[in-house]
Parts: sequence; C-alpha cells; structure tokens
Amino acid sequence: MNAEWLDIGPVDQLPALGARTLPVQGGEEIAIFRTANGSVYALVNKCPHKHGPLSQGIVHDTTVTCPLHNWRISLITGEALGEDEGCVPVIPVKIDGGRILIGRAAALAGVM
Amino acid sequence: MMSNKPHLIVIGNGMAGCRAVEEILARDGDTFRISIFGAEPRVNYNRIMLSPLLAGEKSFEDIIINGHDWYQDNQIDLVSGDPVVAVDRANKTITAASGRVEHYDKLLIATGSDPFIIPVPGHKLPGVITFRDMDDVGAMLEAANRGGDAVVIGGGLLGLEAAHGLSLRGMKVTVIHLMPTLMERQLDEAAGWLLKSALESRGQTILTGADTAEIYGDGKVEGVRLKDGRDIPATIVVMAVGIRPNTKLAKETGLAVGRGIQVDDDMVTSDADILAVGECVEHDGNVYGLVAPLWDMCRSLAAGLVAEPNGYRGSVTSTKLKVAGLDVFSAGDFSGGEGCEDIVLRDATRGVYKRVIVKDDRLVGAVLYGDTADGNWYFDLLKKEEDVSSIRDALIFGQAFASGGGLSANPIEAVAGMADDAEVCGCNGVTKGQVMACIGGGATSLDAVRAGCKASASCGSCTGLVENILAFAMGDDYAGERENKPMCKCTSFTHEDVRKAIIDKELKVIPQVMQALSWSTPDGCSSCRPALNYYLLCAWPGEHEEDPQSRFVNERMHANIQKDGTYSVVPRMWGGVTTPNELRAIADAADKYNARMVKVTGGQRLDLFGIKKEDLPSIWADLNAAGMVSGHAYGKALRTVKTCVGSEWCRFGTQDSTGLGIKLEHMTWGSWMPHKFKIAVSGCPRNCAEATIKDFGVICVDSGYELLIGGNGGIHLRGTDLLCKVSTEQEAMDYCAAFIQLYREEARYLDRTAPWVERVGLDYVKQRIVEDATGREALRSRFLYAQSFLQIDPWAERAAGKEAHLHQHIAEIRPFAVVGGH
Ligand SMILES: Cc1cc2nc3c(=O)[nH]c(=O)nc-3n(C[C@H](O)[C@H](O)[C@H](O)COP(=O)(O)OP(=O)(O)OC[C@H]3O[C@@H](n4cnc5c(N)ncnc54)[C@H](O)[C@@H]3O)c2cc1C
Ligand code: HEM
Ligand code: SF4
Ligand code: FES
Repeated sequence: MNAEWLDIGPVDQLPALGARTLPVQGGEEIAIFRTANGSVYALVNKCPHKHGPLSQGIVHDTTVTCPLHNWRISLITGEALGEDEGCVPVIPVKIDGGRILIGRAAALAGVM
Repeated sequence: MMSNKPHLIVIGNGMAGCRAVEEILARDGDTFRISIFGAEPRVNYNRIMLSPLLAGEKSFEDIIINGHDWYQDNQIDLVSGDPVVAVDRANKTITAASGRVEHYDKLLIATGSDPFIIPVPGHKLPGVITFRDMDDVGAMLEAANRGGDAVVIGGGLLGLEAAHGLSLRGMKVTVIHLMPTLMERQLDEAAGWLLKSALESRGQTILTGADTAEIYGDGKVEGVRLKDGRDIPATIVVMAVGIRPNTKLAKETGLAVGRGIQVDDDMVTSDADILAVGECVEHDGNVYGLVAPLWDMCRSLAAGLVAEPNGYRGSVTSTKLKVAGLDVFSAGDFSGGEGCEDIVLRDATRGVYKRVIVKDDRLVGAVLYGDTADGNWYFDLLKKEEDVSSIRDALIFGQAFASGGGLSANPIEAVAGMADDAEVCGCNGVTKGQVMACIGGGATSLDAVRAGCKASASCGSCTGLVENILAFAMGDDYAGERENKPMCKCTSFTHEDVRKAIIDKELKVIPQVMQALSWSTPDGCSSCRPALNYYLLCAWPGEHEEDPQSRFVNERMHANIQKDGTYSVVPRMWGGVTTPNELRAIADAADKYNARMVKVTGGQRLDLFGIKKEDLPSIWADLNAAGMVSGHAYGKALRTVKTCVGSEWCRFGTQDSTGLGIKLEHMTWGSWMPHKFKIAVSGCPRNCAEATIKDFGVICVDSGYELLIGGNGGIHLRGTDLLCKVSTEQEAMDYCAAFIQLYREEARYLDRTAPWVERVGLDYVKQRIVEDATGREALRSRFLYAQSFLQIDPWAERAAGKEAHLHQHIAEIRPFAVVGGH
C-alpha cells in the first residue's frame, strides 16, 4: 500500500499548454502542467509570491506565468525567474503507459 | 548436418535481429550455429522503407536487406512464419507455434514493438489497420485499390507517412491528431504549423486537437466519430498512435521487464544466456523507436558476445520525415527551459523555419523546416557536445557560412566589413551602399530608412542589420530609439505593422503571422500571443478560431480571478436594470454557491464573490436559467452600459436614457476589444451616470444627444472629448458602433480609448466618424457583422459542457486512497 507512485489518471486529460488541479486532502493542492511538446510537470498550486493558483497561469516553454501578478515560475525547479525570488515545491511526476504517475512522498508531504 | 557448435537462436527476423547476426558474423563467423525464428512469413527487409513502398516509390524487392542466399551462405536456419510461443529457461529450449522445440545455448530476443491500438468502440472492426509490417501495407494497398476515404489516427511520423502514401494511392485522407500540433514530440508549434499547411495544400484534411470517440460501421469500418460530434466517413482507419515494446514472451519467461526488456551495456538480460536487442529493450531507462540506436546496440551486443566488450552507452536521436518534397528535421531537446537560448531564422518567401537551441555554449536541439541541409551538421555538433560559442552568431545560417568565417563577433565591425554591394534586404533588393546613402541623405532612424530606401520594410528579418548599419554610420549620434516601439521582444515590427500585414497578406492564425513576419522566438511570449489573437479575431471575425492558451486567465475562465484564487461572477444587467425574478435568482445562487460577498459594482451590476472554479459552470447554468448571460466583467471587452433613470422617471430627464442604454448594451455586448470598454448614458447634463469618464458616453439634451469619447477613471483620470451632437437615438447608436469599430481596428492591444484618442488626435476621430459618412457606415456595418459571430454567451457554452476540464480537478488524493479523474 505504500507504492512510490500514485496513478492519477490518463495523460490525455491534460490540455496541451494547460494545467489541471489535484487537491490533496489535508495537504497542499497540486497543479499538473503539460507543455507544448507534451512534457508533464507538477508543482504545489501556490505561487511563492502571494499564493496565486499557478494552475490558472499561462504556460510557456517550461515556465508558468502566475495569473495574479505575472511572476514567472520554472516548472522544472519551482523557482521564480528573473528579478523575483521564491520557490514552490516540485512534485515528481512521470508518464507510464499513458497514465500520469505522481510521487507519493512529495504529494503527501505535510499530510498526517 | 548438425554441428556441435553452441546454438544461437534469434527470436525476431526484423531489423535488429538480423543486424545483430551480421555484426556477430563480421567479427567471428565460426562460434555459433545460428537459427532465426520470424513471425513474418518472409525474409529480412527494411521496415523503414515500408513508407516508400506504400507510396509506390519502391517495390518489396527493393527493400529486402537479406535475401534467401544470405541465410544459405551463412548457414543460418530461417524459420519464418512460425513465431516462438514459449521459452523454457531451465531446459534451455524454445517452442514455436508449430510445436517445434529447439535447444539453445544463447538466446537473442529481438521481437521489436507492437503498434498501440486505442481501445475506442469499434477498434476491432475489419478495416482498422496498423502500420508495422508488410501485411499491413498489403491491407492498405487493397483498400486503396477500391478507392474512397481513409482516416489516419495519429499525426506523428508514422501516421503522416501512412497518410502521404494513401493519398498518393488516390484515397481522400483525413488525419486525426489529438495534440494541437503535428509531430509535437519532434516539432515545435511553428514547424508543426508549416507542416500542417503544406499537407493541407496537398489535399489532405488535418484535424488537430481532435479526439476519437468511436469507429463505427456495420460489420466493417464505415467512419470515425470524434468526441466533438464530427463524423468522418472512411473505408479504412489506420491507427498510428504509437508503439509499445513487444515484451510478452520475455515477461512470460520471467525476465526482468520494465517498459522494455531490461538489458545491461552488453545487451544481456537478467538471464546471462539470454540477450535482447532492438525496440523491445530498455537500456538505462530508455526505450527507442528509431533504427540508429539499434545499430549501436547491435555493435555492442556482438562485441560482448564474440569479441572485446564495448558497452552500449545510449543514443541521441534525430528524426526526418520521409515525405517527398517536405523537408523536416528534428534532433535533441527543444522544450527550452532555464539557460536555454533560442536562435530562430525564418524566411517566409522560401517557406523556411530554422531553430537551434543553445545551452551553456552547447547545441542541445534543432528543429528545421523547409531547408534541412544542415541537419546532419547540427546533429553532429549536438552529439559531440562541441563548444559553439565562437560560431554562435553564424550558427543559424548553417555550416557553409559558419565555417567560412561567419560574422565577426562584434556586429558593428561585421557591418563595417561588408562590401557596399552586399545585399542587406533580400525582400526589396537593397544593398549596404544604398542604406548608407539613405542615411547620408538624412535618414537617422529605422523608420526613416524604411521609408527612404525600403530596406527592412517588408519581412523585417534584416532589421537588426539595418540598425547596426545606422549605428556604424552615425556613431554616437544614433539614439537607437524608434518612434514606434516594436510590439514586443519577439519582433521588430510595431503593432500597426503587424495589423497591416495581417490584412494585406491575409494571415489567419498565430503561427502563420509569426512565420510571415519572421518572429525571432518559436512561439511568441505572453505579451504578443494575446495581442495577435485579438488582431486576428478582429481582422477575420467569421473565420477566427480561438486559441484559449493565448488568453489571460479571466478571459479563459469567463470570470474574474481574485487574490485567493476564487472567482467573482457578474451577470449582465442590461443598462443596469434588473427585475425581482433576476434578483431572486441571484440571491439563490449566492446562497447555493456560498458567495462570501455580494457587492454592487461601480458599473451598476451585482458581483458575487468567492465562487470556486469547479462551481462556475453550475452557477452559470442557474443564472442562464433565469435569463441572464455573462457580464464580461472580466474581459478586454464591452463591460457595462451605465444609465440613469432619465425621462421615464426623473423630473430633469430630457430623453429615455435608460432605454437608449439598454439598446446600446444589446448592440455591443460580447464584443472583444483592445482593452476594456465602458459606456454610460445620462438623461440630462447633471450627468448622474458619469458619462464623461467613459470610453463612450452619451449626455441627453432637449435637442438630442451629445456623444462623448475617450474618457476613463482609473489612475490617470481623463474626461471625455465631445465628438459631436446628433439628433436621433438611431444616430447615437450608429455613431457608437462606428466609433467602437474604429477603436477595435486601429488601437494597439491594451490601449484604452483615452491614450489612443490622444495619440491619433480628436480631429482624426472626428474626420473618420463625423465627417466621412460613407466611412462611418462601413465601420458600423463591419462592427455589426463581427457582432454576429461574437454574441454567443460563453457561460451557456461552458454550462453545456464545453471545456469542462478547465473547471474540474483531474483527480483527488485522499491519503492512502486515490480517486480517479472524470
Ligand atoms: C512504416 C515505418 C517507417 C519507419 N521509418 C523509420 C525511419 O524513417 N527512421 C527510423 O529510424 N526508424 C523508422 N521506423 C522504425 C524502425 O523500423 C524500427 O525502429 C525498427 O524496425 C526496429 O527494429 P526491431 O528489430 O527492434 O523490430 P522489428 O523490425 O519490428 O523486428 C521485430 C520482428 O520480430 C518479429 N517477432 C515478434 N515477436 C516474435 C516471436 N514471438 N517470434 C518470432 N518473431 C517475432 C516481428 O514479426 C518482427 O518481424 C519506421 C517504422 C515503420 C513501421
Ligand atoms: C437636482 C439634481 C439631481 C437629481 C434629481 C439627481 C438624481 C439622481 C438619481 C435619480 C440618481 C440615480 C440614477 C440611477 O442610478 O438610476 C442619481 C445618481 C447619481 N447622481 Fe444625481 N441627481 C442630481 C444631481 C446630481 C449632480 C449635480 C451630480 C454630480 C455632480 C450627481 C451625481 C450622481 C451620481 C454620481 C450618481 C450615481 C450614479 C451611479 O450610480 O453610477 N447627481 N442622481
Ligand atoms: S442625469 Fe439628469 S435625467 Fe439622469 S437622473 Fe440625473 S438629473 Fe435625472
Ligand atoms: S501571487 Fe503569483 S505573482 Fe503574485
């Protein structure tokens, strides 16, 4: 029961250049992003600036622009780019057989 | 004639299996007695040539790699048409489908891949074909002989080659691709779009972003239905959505299998006497779907087995599309990311797009369209991880240029070194000498050079060069400033240039604009994409297809995002007038969806705050049911028409200001604009509706209507200017429509009317709207035409299920239990 990866659904449910959300009961909501070439990334859905929902931002290359005040956050490292400073946790995610798998430990970080 | 040499059995008579045998024989022809079992009833052929075979450019004879004489000469026992069905590791035997049992000393599994079939309803109907072997090609050719329609599911390399072949064989082909761009794993959006338009001009129908719901037919394929309801007739359906390593046998045998059969650097599996090679293996976490890595694997395999081990280290791959006349190349990683720098070259007249990606002075990726001559050179630089900093500026022009010395690293020096008769602007045939003469004649800015000698006035790709010539000629006097700033860092063109080109060159979609105007980035940025989306929808109201990813969040969600990530919802109240029924519906919605606040807005509307993203479609459905539509309180669009009570009730009222406001709002709602747009109508000069700080204001007077323009509240308060006075309500409406259209067509994206009016001048607007009656009428009818496409309630569409994914979580994690998505 302690599998390393959690299957959260088929990858075709993620729009290209878009994101979907994954609430974690008792933990932080996760945003899962898909870039133009189909790569998938996951971050805690909270901008390091003032907690804007990153899942609602515009995805470009491997960054997302926060919808609230336009900070750019790297999907790879979770760090704010450019002048801004701050970091949001990255959740390991991978695709296997068309399914999205998310790292259990990181997803449940903070959940008792 | 059984020899007592150890017996090597190869399972799979395909590309990797036979190549491995060739490599072994080349090193040592004597160690093994070799048998090859093949499921296909034929000799070893070149699978990648199935595409030209389908297209009629080759025959089967042409694509045979090893004919019967090769097996004979090397004493290889070929057992074709008899697949191996079991391996007994304890006794070291294999069993074939025919029942034949053979003992092995070494076993080599080279079973390749299986095409992946999406399990939609109807996928088992006769007429659903994959594209993997000769039998598949046979089935396709048979169908093509009968003619008719073909559907290819999958717009990757295989699918497009299948589509090309079938279309050359006379079938009418439709390609259905799930992702928004073709070959998205190999190509970026720009190249994918060029490819799509080239294939369309050859008569294929390409549907991107299209999801198959079912294949239907009575006993055989008759067509394909998409999830959006579209229906495409077809006599055959080719599934080319991907491949999966064929690991069935290895799994049943108990070998270690991940995505593929796991092997070490010498291609040995978890059993020391069993090796595996080709597409069926997983090495160091990677599986491959192209032949180049297989050749490397086969070399390491043979070396490890009969010579000095020379371990396999993984492969970098490149892709070329084998469709005659279309040059497409891709290698490495083009997803960008930190530290990556894009160098883009576009040549719209030749249909060329080149992009190389440099990171830490190394080439990490390349995408080429239309001119792939330098593909191998880039691939070589990439594989060798060569330092390219010394040829960085010349890199994109290709090998001949870069190794011929290329540009000097200092751009001004490079310009100084150019001959006077060297061509600067290819579009207009302008030489450096002519540009210098033009500068000498007093042109001291880019715009002046463009006007004077036409250099850089067409495609703009030489703008940087012209600016360098200016800097060289004028030294410190060159301010580098341009009167009209380029739209953004992706282009040297101004907003006005871009809008003009969209009309003149009939550009219809974003990648087309970027190609035609030589955008310097592959897919723009978050500042030019929304602007281009707007310019296109304004220029081509009847044809425009929305690009939701080029919209800011509020316009994508049709609601206003708030600082806690919830949304506020504002239903439209025409002219600020509501009814008890509407109020009851709003109150009910506020209760039902836990609106944390209900606020009267500055624009005479009710705003429900704190609505969750998931609840948006249902709250809209409830409000729709009570007759209300989206208030567009979130958009670069017509916001509200504010009115006072006017002559209906007020003792000062001179005209029916409320009635006029309601009519104006019915005429203008739904319209997208360069920025938000507000209207107000006051019934007398007391101006209770504050019409003098609106984009378009009306003040009613006894003798008619005063029309006011260009006002706004906000940080820089600006009162309106008087445009003119008209005497009838109809005129007020007509002038309003014409003014809005002028603003829509000529203002820059994100300019409100106030700065726009200041820039172009009140006189200009008066001339266009007041003095030029014909022009006014044309503007008005263009506005009404556009409105016929835009007045669709986005809430109703969403409530009915459109873009449902925007509102739903993909899944939910409850610790220790996972619930799947919708
Ligand atoms: C139409 C097409 C075009 C392509 N174009 C290109 C291209 O342009 N460039 C490129 O690099 N690659 C291309 N490829 C991919 C390339 O063909 C493959 O990478 C390559 O063929 C893989 O070789 P393999 O030996 O691993 O598998 P295969 O060549 O598929 O050989 C495996 C063989 O094993 C047989 N087999 C399976 N199970 C058993 C069993 N139990 N018993 C006996 N036999 C069995 C199969 O029937 C098959 O003949 C293309 C592929 C196709 C189909
Ligand atoms: C004797 C004169 C006036 C009368 C009878 C009058 C009457 C009204 C009425 C009936 C309304 C409500 C309109 C509606 O929302 O339907 C109103 C609103 C308003 N009035 Fe007046 N008014 C008078 C003078 C003025 C003056 C001189 C000003 C400004 C200097 C003014 C500013 C406003 C404003 C700002 C509103 C609110 C508009 C809004 O809700 O958006 N009024 N007035
Ligand atoms: S603007 Fe004039 S007509 Fe309208 S409410 Fe105010 S006083 Fe009355
Ligand atoms: S909360 Fe993301 S930029 Fe401010």
